[in-house]
Amino acid sequence: MSSPSSPVSPAPTGTGEIVLAALGVTKVFPGTLALDGVNFNVYRGKVNVLVGENGAGKSTLMKILAGVEAPTSGRLLIDGHPVTFKNARDASKAGVGIIYQELNLFPNLNIAENIFAGRELTRLEVVDHGAQEMLAKRVLGRLEQPLDPRTLVSELRMGQQQIVEIAKALAQNVRVLIMDEPTSALTNAETEALFQIIEDLKSHDVAIVYISHKLEELLRIGDYITVLRDGKLAAEASVADVDITWIIEKMVGRTVRAPSRSHDSPKQQQEELLAVQDLTLPRAGEGFTLENVSFSLRAGEILAIYGLLGAGRTELFECLMGLHPEATGQITLAGKPLRSESIFDRIAAGISLVPEDRQRLGLIQPLSVAQNITLASLTAYLLSFWISDKKESASVAKMIKELAIKVGSAEQPITSLSGGNQQKVVLAKSLLTRPKVLLLDEPTRGIDVGAKAEIFQIINRLAGEGLAVLFISSELPEVLSVPDRILVLSRGRVTGVFDHTEVTEELLVRASAARPQHHQDAALANNSAPGPHP
Amino acid sequence: MATASLASTEPSVSRLSIGVFLFRLRAFIALLILIGIFSLLTPAFFTEQNLIILVGQTAINAIMAVGMTYVILTGGIDLSVGSIVGLAAMIAGLLIDRGLELPVFGVVIYFNIPAIILIVLCLGILVGAFNGVLVTRFNVAPFIATLGTLYVARGLAQLSNDGATFPNLVGNPDLGNTGFPFLGSGTIVGIPIVIWIMILFTAIGWFVAAKTPFGRQVYAVGGNERAAELSGIYVQRIKMAVYMISGMCAAMTGLVTASQLVAAHPATGESYELNAIAAVVLGGTSLAGGRGTVWGTLIGALVIGVLTNGLVLLGVQEFWKKVITGLVIILAVVLDQLQARLQQRLALKKA
Repeated sequence: MSSPSSPVSPAPTGTGEIVLAALGVTKVFPGTLALDGVNFNVYRGKVNVLVGENGAGKSTLMKILAGVEAPTSGRLLIDGHPVTFKNARDASKAGVGIIYQELNLFPNLNIAENIFAGRELTRLEVVDHGAQEMLAKRVLGRLEQPLDPRTLVSELRMGQQQIVEIAKALAQNVRVLIMDEPTSALTNAETEALFQIIEDLKSHDVAIVYISHKLEELLRIGDYITVLRDGKLAAEASVADVDITWIIEKMVGRTVRAPSRSHDSPKQQQEELLAVQDLTLPRAGEGFTLENVSFSLRAGEILAIYGLLGAGRTELFECLMGLHPEATGQITLAGKPLRSESIFDRIAAGISLVPEDRQRLGLIQPLSVAQNITLASLTAYLLSFWISDKKESASVAKMIKELAIKVGSAEQPITSLSGGNQQKVVLAKSLLTRPKVLLLDEPTRGIDVGAKAEIFQIINRLAGEGLAVLFISSELPEVLSVPDRILVLSRGRVTGVFDHTEVTEELLVRASAARPQHHQDAALANNSAPGPHP
Repeated sequence: MATASLASTEPSVSRLSIGVFLFRLRAFIALLILIGIFSLLTPAFFTEQNLIILVGQTAINAIMAVGMTYVILTGGIDLSVGSIVGLAAMIAGLLIDRGLELPVFGVVIYFNIPAIILIVLCLGILVGAFNGVLVTRFNVAPFIATLGTLYVARGLAQLSNDGATFPNLVGNPDLGNTGFPFLGSGTIVGIPIVIWIMILFTAIGWFVAAKTPFGRQVYAVGGNERAAELSGIYVQRIKMAVYMISGMCAAMTGLVTASQLVAAHPATGESYELNAIAAVVLGGTSLAGGRGTVWGTLIGALVIGVLTNGLVLLGVQEFWKKVITGLVIILAVVLDQLQARLQQRLALKKA
């Protein structure tokens, strides 16, 4: 490893042929340096793994390779010749295809139509469905998938949809296929099938760029591995030469810490506030989104939920809010089991959610800052049957002051605030419902460092006042320094519960990448968190 | 203006703020300009008599449009109001003319006028509830659900008297159901009852929308349904309620119309839904939901009223009247888009 500012010279690792290379690629977004002089080699007919923590620059690099983003500086080479991609279509013409984590298919069209979407085969200016279906069948056959090209994509399972994406890329004669977290939504069986296909693609000289958080998976199918950290190249190696410990070391290797709290209050003496017992949420199709999840939370305690995308973290919160009537299990709040599935009743009982997607789930965009803040607690400001301006604005002013929300006026549109301040408004809305348990889903996503620190100071203060806080985070530094305990989910099951005094990054990463046993053969592990400590 | 305090340092922001401010008042400004133009062009326009006629005509539309405002604020639409106007008029006519026949008991019940008004308003609420059930329980798109009700209610209005008119709604003193015409042609302190009803409906409509938790929740549902739901708002109940409100307002319009004509015709209120929607949109309410006011709707209805009345006084041909009204509505929506873009630019500048 070299110092971050001087790029590592390319091609030190592999002996194979480099089909696509990024040389000294830098990408600057307003306020952040997403990539800093990164070199990345993609070898022909190999699986080139790209790993790194959230925010390390993986997706930015991936988008640059696929022509979606243009690098601020640096070059891309294909077969040694410099290329410039103006858009994804250019990259696709050059043989670089990409499969996003959120699949980009049209559910209302059939498989063949999806494979040829945007570049339909025509005869006399009319779409030639026959030819499309024949070619689609041939590509699916190459993938050993006996799917009817006329099946609607909406009728396919997740894994099958993924295969359609691959078929789409193959039909465009890709030489480099970028796959972003391809297994995050797949079942074990579907994952195995995908690995078969990847082996097959390799034998046809297709280079795969494989991005995943699941380290065991990477070791199994990867040939070369590139680790990014804080926008810089941290290491590049042949997978045969490395192990999980090495990867984690290269991924983490930093000492940045989110603001720590003083863990001095004797939490053990506090009453148990929230108890979740055997919470199970079936997944449409097969398997479980959440399986036998049990944990408890005391007043004044901060519990972090850590896990990879698709581990069931957000769904856990949704169950607590009553959004999934089909979920089974028992949720007890302050000694009383919660029965009603209405969100209103859950809020009244003392649970409040600050959702992950502020724009989609948190804010009412046409309303003002003040109206957003008081939306969930309107009945508290009633004078007879109407809202008293005086009571309402007093509450708004109090929240603006307590959470230090930066506004010119409480009447200004919510959309005029920065991300951090919008987040504080959503938090204020939740706090005004006087919750006993506060659920925060990725509370620091998309907000700047200063606002992050402020949000955690607020959380610490609230916990000090007796509020129980559950927060989901993908940011390791936050998870390590903020909570009292950390619960790790993997594929819908609890794979670890750690006290803040004994947790390490390595333990968390291992637990989150663990592949839990299926319920049939895991009877022993049921009801007890199989964490690596007693 | 709320944003002025932030704007002081940057002239472009404050210029934008003033722009946004003027844009918000555009319906009101347009109203004043129209009144000015017509006053100059024809002396017959700005007379007490004409203004009372004008506002009275406007009231018919405005009462309906208040209910429509609620529906549109939630992001929905109610195409059935015109038919509800017709159905309400016909049922009022039926109850006055024939009474309520109960063949099982062999009796006919005649209600007095206040009772009839109450029954017809309840009927409007019921039809609205039917729309609401379609939208909330069966997930039918509001456009389709209320389009269906448009036909159903119109058909029922025609069935109620076999397609014929109830030609005389004066009532019979022996049956104690006289006084219905007073609703449409009576006055209180020299101002027609219709106008008082419009003022009452607009005032209550404004108060409920602006000052009550229900009103706030209507805006929230239209602004971001998912976020509203996660804030503990019973989204389906709110939607249900706005269609019921719209149905009631339409029924009120039906009563007033029938009373003015002292007759109930099954075609009463045909295409009224379009006038109501136009008033709401002219008043600055966004069809996407979450943005708008009941006052704006009143001004929108007045703009349409002034335009129609003024063009008639000027002797403009009926066909040209339609062209002009249509262009004004289109202009209003174009300006609405401009306002949204202006506000976005303002927000970006401040961020």
